[in-house]
Amino acid sequence: MAIDKHITPMLDQLETGPWPSFVSGIKRLRDQHPDPRINEMTNDLLGQLEHSYETRKGYWKGGTVSVYRYGGGIIPRFSEAAQSFPHSKEFHTLRVQPPAGNHYTTAMLRQLADSWEKYGSGLVTFHGQTGNIMFIGASTENTQPFFDEINEYGWDLGGAGPCVRTAMSCIGSARCEMSCTNELKAHRLLVNNFVDDVHRPALPYKFKFKVSGCPNDCQNAIERSDFAILGTWRDDMKVDQAEVQRYVAEQGRQYYIDNVITRCPTQALALNDDDTLDINNRDCVRCMHCLNVMPKALHPGDDKGVTILIGGKRTLKIGDLMGTVVVPFKKLETEEDYESLVELATTIIDFWAENGLEHERCGEMIERIGLATFLEGIGIEPDPNMLNHPRQSSYVRTDGWDEAAAEWFARQAETAR
Amino acid sequence: MAERREPIESGCPDPWQYMHPVMRRNFGQWKYHEHPRPGVLLHVAYSGDKLWTVKAGTQRILDVFTLRKLCDIGDEYAEGYVHFTIRSNIEYLVSDESRVAPLIEALEGAGFVVGGTQNSVAMISHTQGWLHCDIPGTDASGVVKSMMDELVDEFRNTNMPNRVHITTSCCQINCGGQGDIAINVQHTKPPKINHDLVANVCERPSVVARCPVAAIRPAMVNGKPSLEVDERKCICCGACYPPCPPMQINDPEHSKLAIWVGGNHSNARGKPTFQKLVAAGIPNNPPRWPEATAIVKRILKAYKEGARDWERINEWIERIGWPRFFEEVELPFTKYHIDTWRGARASLNSSSYIRF
Repeated sequence: MAIDKHITPMLDQLETGPWPSFVSGIKRLRDQHPDPRINEMTNDLLGQLEHSYETRKGYWKGGTVSVYRYGGGIIPRFSEAAQSFPHSKEFHTLRVQPPAGNHYTTAMLRQLADSWEKYGSGLVTFHGQTGNIMFIGASTENTQPFFDEINEYGWDLGGAGPCVRTAMSCIGSARCEMSCTNELKAHRLLVNNFVDDVHRPALPYKFKFKVSGCPNDCQNAIERSDFAILGTWRDDMKVDQAEVQRYVAEQGRQYYIDNVITRCPTQALALNDDDTLDINNRDCVRCMHCLNVMPKALHPGDDKGVTILIGGKRTLKIGDLMGTVVVPFKKLETEEDYESLVELATTIIDFWAENGLEHERCGEMIERIGLATFLEGIGIEPDPNMLNHPRQSSYVRTDGWDEAAAEWFARQAETAR
Repeated sequence: MAERREPIESGCPDPWQYMHPVMRRNFGQWKYHEHPRPGVLLHVAYSGDKLWTVKAGTQRILDVFTLRKLCDIGDEYAEGYVHFTIRSNIEYLVSDESRVAPLIEALEGAGFVVGGTQNSVAMISHTQGWLHCDIPGTDASGVVKSMMDELVDEFRNTNMPNRVHITTSCCQINCGGQGDIAINVQHTKPPKINHDLVANVCERPSVVARCPVAAIRPAMVNGKPSLEVDERKCICCGACYPPCPPMQINDPEHSKLAIWVGGNHSNARGKPTFQKLVAAGIPNNPPRWPEATAIVKRILKAYKEGARDWERINEWIERIGWPRFFEEVELPFTKYHIDTWRGARASLNSSSYIRF
């Protein structure tokens, strides 16, 4: 069937150049796909996109679309220019949770592609900024059968709206020597404990888990998640001094001093006269730099665990917030360790659900009520690791000081025992 | 109506079933990695097993033809297992070194770009824009395509002092996140309100509550309940627009692009940092946004020439100082660079530290 193709002079200019072109991809669906539904849908999509390029405005509006029993997981898009572009007038995105760590077989990708072209536009992204597979462009009617089909073979919707969102974790233990934890286990245990909160938005706002296996934080967890888990270790880092010597011999002493020794943020490193490395592990903050430079010579220690930071988020509404350390170190080895991790997440989400204002992220709530109040609310004792430095302002009432100090010493004695 | 099917609330799938066998076998037992050439990583396990990763950039908005082509390459030249990075690159995993060169050739031959490892300019972190977002000021796919066309050699090679992460965002919510360089929409005029629609479309108290500077208040306009904006207070952030589409913030002329630098997620050498505004008022100029790309290229050139090994953009600027940064990238310094938001005082120089 011949279709009346929209002319797209502006988009056509995005078909030249060395980087792969998304415009050419959409045109392939319009021109070569055997299903006329897809040809027409992508033709009108291109038409509307060209219209956006000409007028410098967007023409999608939201709405309410979900699948049976769920309240979220789909980003509804209805066209405000549907009169001119009727075949893409409903162009919803289904957010589907990827496997932790984003591993796929080509066989599974083909199966997903087969299902998607039966019902959707044929456009898909691995992955959106929240971490979902984005199946972009389904009519309202086709969202349910597409979901039913892929749900049968193991895929579920992610979060959209004020709910627990799809989580993210790095490739970690599967391929990285820096990994200090089982990222995929923490990721799946956490997010799959909250499937109800993923599928039925009922929280003050979004809540995101992200897991990075080491402080390089390849998942951007500290800045981009409400609950950030970073692998770390607390014993001495491992050193292969022969490898260090080899590295110094290859690169030269001057280079080594400039790029390893003096780049340590806490001056915990020194180069010995025999070109071995002297490490003051008590001063080391586990920043990862020297390990990154010499992945053959230096490795995390054996006493591994995680640091947990709460409250990272982007601009709206009060400004950018990085997460704040709430648990400086936690072992994640036994099933009990993992259970207590899930318990902590439940406590925090419950406290925030109870006390957060509408559209207030967890970090914004902490900013409003203060970290000390938040810690009291979730039953965690204050720890100097949570701060850059103690308070600067004298405007504080301190008449509970003696009790707080006594509690501190009691806790110290408890830990020492 | 037919009986509806109950969902299986399976949540996040177990990746074990999709993981390369060498990864499964050596899970948590990796010893070190090397970087044999741009776009390729070699990981070596304590067991002696080796795994090569070949990374390629794609258009990210994949049509099923492209997805199947990526799968065909994965079946013919690799071992049927892939991984997607946080920046939407595809990674092929192979346990046999002899497969690496033909795999690269096949990917490049099919129009994909192998690279993005180590000290490269990585694939630009990407949002939805006009293609799918309900509140976009610009297009993400087009901006990214245009910039990657110009930066492709920096993606293919590893000639930067350290890695460079670039992000784009189509509104000030900034879904693209922090980056060494961020290209974000910056509105310059208050929203234009369609008072006929506000009462029916918007939940007015929540719109009032969304405003970061309390510039919105309920009002009767032409006898209808609506909202009004105190334009002297308004910071043109667009926060009212998602909950209230009749408060149109996007403007073909006055929605501009701004460029920010120095966002860094890693803890390496220093704590994670937020990006800082360096340029605004850049035209939102489809289909190729040449003005924004030109500034990004100037920043990259100055960084490449001036930074020392391992310095990310934020660290380079911290060493040379902001005055020299503005000089080197030939950008004006204005009163708009001085922060006015809460905590702004901490960004002022309260010392005699001046570079001459």
